[in-house]
Amino acid sequence: MNISYIILIPVIPLVVFLLLGIFNRKIKPSVSGYVGVFGLLVSAVLSFYAAFEYFFVLGKVDGVFQTLSEKIVWMNFTDSLHIDMGILVDPISVMMLVVVSTVSLMVHIYSRGYMHGDEGYTKFFAFLSLFTFSMYGLVLATNLFQIYIFWELVGVSSYLLIGYYYTKTSAIAAAKKAFIVTRFADFGFLIGILIIGYYTGTFDFETLNNPEGSAILNWASYSFMGLSALTWALILIFIGGAGKSAMFPLHIWLPDAMEGPTPVSALIHAATMVVAGVFLVARLFPMYYFVDDGFVLQIVAYVGAFSALFAAIIAITQTDIKRVLAFSTMSQLGYMMLGLGVSGFEGHSGVGYMASMFHLFTHAMFKALLFLGAGSVIHAVHSNFLKDMGGLRKYMPITNITFLIAALAIAGVPPLAGFWSKDEILVAAYEHNRLIYYIGVFVAGLTAFYMFRIYFGIFWGKDRLYHHKPKESPLSMTFPLLVLAFLSITVGFIPFSEFVTPDKMGFTAHLNYPLAAIASAVGLIGIATAWVFYKKENQLGDIWANRFGMLYKWTSNKFYFDEIYMFIAKKIFFKRVSEPFAKFDRKYVDGTMVGIGNTTVATSRKIKGLQSGRVQDYAFAFIGGAVIIGLIFIYLWT
Amino acid sequence: MERILFYILALSMVGFAIAAVSSRKMLRSVIYLLFVLVGVAGLFFLIDYNFLAAIQLTVYAGGIIVLIIFSVLLVHHIELKLEMAKPKRRILTGILCLLGIGVFISTIYSHSFDVVGEHTTTLTSDIGKRLLSVEDGGFILPFEVISVLLLAAMIGAIIIAKGKKLNEKTKDLP
Amino acid sequence: MIEGISIYDILTLTTILFFIGVYGFLTRKNLISILISVEMILNASVVNFVVINKYLYPDILQGTLFSIFIIAVAAAETALAVAIIINLYRQISSVEVKDTEVMKF
Repeated sequence: MNISYIILIPVIPLVVFLLLGIFNRKIKPSVSGYVGVFGLLVSAVLSFYAAFEYFFVLGKVDGVFQTLSEKIVWMNFTDSLHIDMGILVDPISVMMLVVVSTVSLMVHIYSRGYMHGDEGYTKFFAFLSLFTFSMYGLVLATNLFQIYIFWELVGVSSYLLIGYYYTKTSAIAAAKKAFIVTRFADFGFLIGILIIGYYTGTFDFETLNNPEGSAILNWASYSFMGLSALTWALILIFIGGAGKSAMFPLHIWLPDAMEGPTPVSALIHAATMVVAGVFLVARLFPMYYFVDDGFVLQIVAYVGAFSALFAAIIAITQTDIKRVLAFSTMSQLGYMMLGLGVSGFEGHSGVGYMASMFHLFTHAMFKALLFLGAGSVIHAVHSNFLKDMGGLRKYMPITNITFLIAALAIAGVPPLAGFWSKDEILVAAYEHNRLIYYIGVFVAGLTAFYMFRIYFGIFWGKDRLYHHKPKESPLSMTFPLLVLAFLSITVGFIPFSEFVTPDKMGFTAHLNYPLAAIASAVGLIGIATAWVFYKKENQLGDIWANRFGMLYKWTSNKFYFDEIYMFIAKKIFFKRVSEPFAKFDRKYVDGTMVGIGNTTVATSRKIKGLQSGRVQDYAFAFIGGAVIIGLIFIYLWT
Repeated sequence: MERILFYILALSMVGFAIAAVSSRKMLRSVIYLLFVLVGVAGLFFLIDYNFLAAIQLTVYAGGIIVLIIFSVLLVHHIELKLEMAKPKRRILTGILCLLGIGVFISTIYSHSFDVVGEHTTTLTSDIGKRLLSVEDGGFILPFEVISVLLLAAMIGAIIIAKGKKLNEKTKDLP
Repeated sequence: MIEGISIYDILTLTTILFFIGVYGFLTRKNLISILISVEMILNASVVNFVVINKYLYPDILQGTLFSIFIIAVAAAETALAVAIIINLYRQISSVEVKDTEVMKF
């Protein structure tokens, strides 16, 4: 299979970015929108074609999906250790290409309506293209270093897009927060990469992931603090992934990232960038599985499960619909991590990995849909808060229907997309670890509950006092909604287990009816509870909130995590560590330097008189010197 | 007789020289210098160098002094009192000069000059011939160089003193 | 050659004159005064040339000729100096040394 044309997929958005970025002021907004959408359309078509060719025509040889790559050596350290640039094609990268293309294309189209009339319209599309390019590069990366480069690039574009409304203080703070927190995690990632490079002598995924390769077989040969060095490296890499995927306790940036424009939230902070952490673990899955007999995977599973639960609880109490969706995203990302964590490697036991990727795929569709729907609502009522919304189903029928489909999908109601993928994850968890399974089921119920809480809050209930009558969004915004709604219904029927498995050999997954029934029942219970609480405006919500009292307060304040971080950063790090250091630096280090400078200045000021610039002074010195030398020669020399 | 004359000359020259460098009035200072220069001319007469004495009188006492007087008149009020250096500096310089005199004189007196006793009068024609001679020991080349130098100096002096270009430039400045 | 006057007497006189000139050069604050001092220094050296020529080598003329050259150069130098002083006076309306210190920058 010739894969050279796939390089075009990331290159086109890059070209679009450069075009729009360089001619930012010269291009008319209308043109730049079309340029962005068209560029991405070409990329998306190529991606779909690549996926078709890979999965159905050429990718499979003897029942095994091939890993194809094309690369050039970029930086050569030793014969074996070098950094390449290239593209790697295997099931998950092709799947990610499809996800990124689809969501990005929809968001591009949607943005044409949503950002209409905005001052930085062209800039916005340029950033979107930059992000899409980086994301393509990330999923196609052939080695750890290349993935790291694009990893940081998506971080930068995320920073730029969160801080898009750069006149808003909160947006700037959120952008900085996102960047710093993920950067902090990426530090772990970088160290992990270096450890792996040092001990295995390669960065290349194909070499690293080969179950018979030296990297995996020799994992136990180096140990550090009771664990294998590679185990440490994988933990550090997972920290990097956890930072990007907003896993507990590095999740604090994601809710704030909702300061960006809503399409950005849909693209970056729901469907694509945040799954990069999941993707990273999946990309190195053989290593995670074989090194230390899956010890790190246990950590992944528990972190994922805890994040899923934690975020779901917080999501119940939030009043900003975008924040609810953000915590929901975090919760679903926890699900994916959980799925990876409970997965085996060969044959049917790889169902967790498959389910995780499947959930990534379906989640991208319905979460993007939810965000775009929320964007549509926000566009209509000019507010993010539930209290300003209500009764919108009369005014915005398309948004209403599509949002409902997405909410049903995420709640796991059969036969929508979320049901299939979530069910597979729960099956994997059930087979592997009961505790995690119970958490998963509970979270599924919570998800259904908070999703329908905002759904009823937005579209049902009484009308609020609107500045002007809310009206349905334009076609450019509803079209993506419809497409994504269609996908949210249908993608669940894709037999994912045939395509994406850890050992790259497809298997046939069967629906586990009892478990599926339990999961759907829990979802329906959640929906029903929300119906009771929020379908009609009543006091039930408040009563229960009061009943929980303290817990409610803690939850609505996100368990005070921001405050804890602030406390640690400000009171402990800044005050106890940074400030003394700063003082020392200012007083002694700077002081020494300033002292040297001042002494020089003072000395030169003192001896400046010698160089007065007056010829007479020089003549005086000259004649005096001559006389003294004469005296010496006459009286002392003889 | 000549001895007495020399001492008178010497004393008056030293006196006028001191007056010239310490007078606080510009014009007087110049006139004292004139007296010193005339005294030098007298010295030349005494040692029988009439031509040099004439040059000294015409070029120095005549030309240079007049030039300096003109410049003084151009740039000064006649009654303007000159600023003097600080006393400390004057004393220091005085000590330095006395020391220098000591060094010079001790060097001079410790050296025995091989004085030729005979008395010859140098004729102006000898000087002229030697100046224009192209033979060994002739000074035609330095003479030419000096004349060119003089010409260049004069042209330079005229241009600098005119200073017209500079003024035009400054006028052009906004 | 002067009856009863040795070369030492004359050299002493020129030394004193020279150092008076040096004193003037170092202490005066006015460009024209400095010029006067320089003239005095030059003149003292001219006398030296002439006297040494006369007392030690009366039958050659080098000293005399050089004193002529020195006088010529002194004249040229004075002319130039005066030109510069006048020009300077036009520019800064002063011929004090302290006002010309800007040259050092």
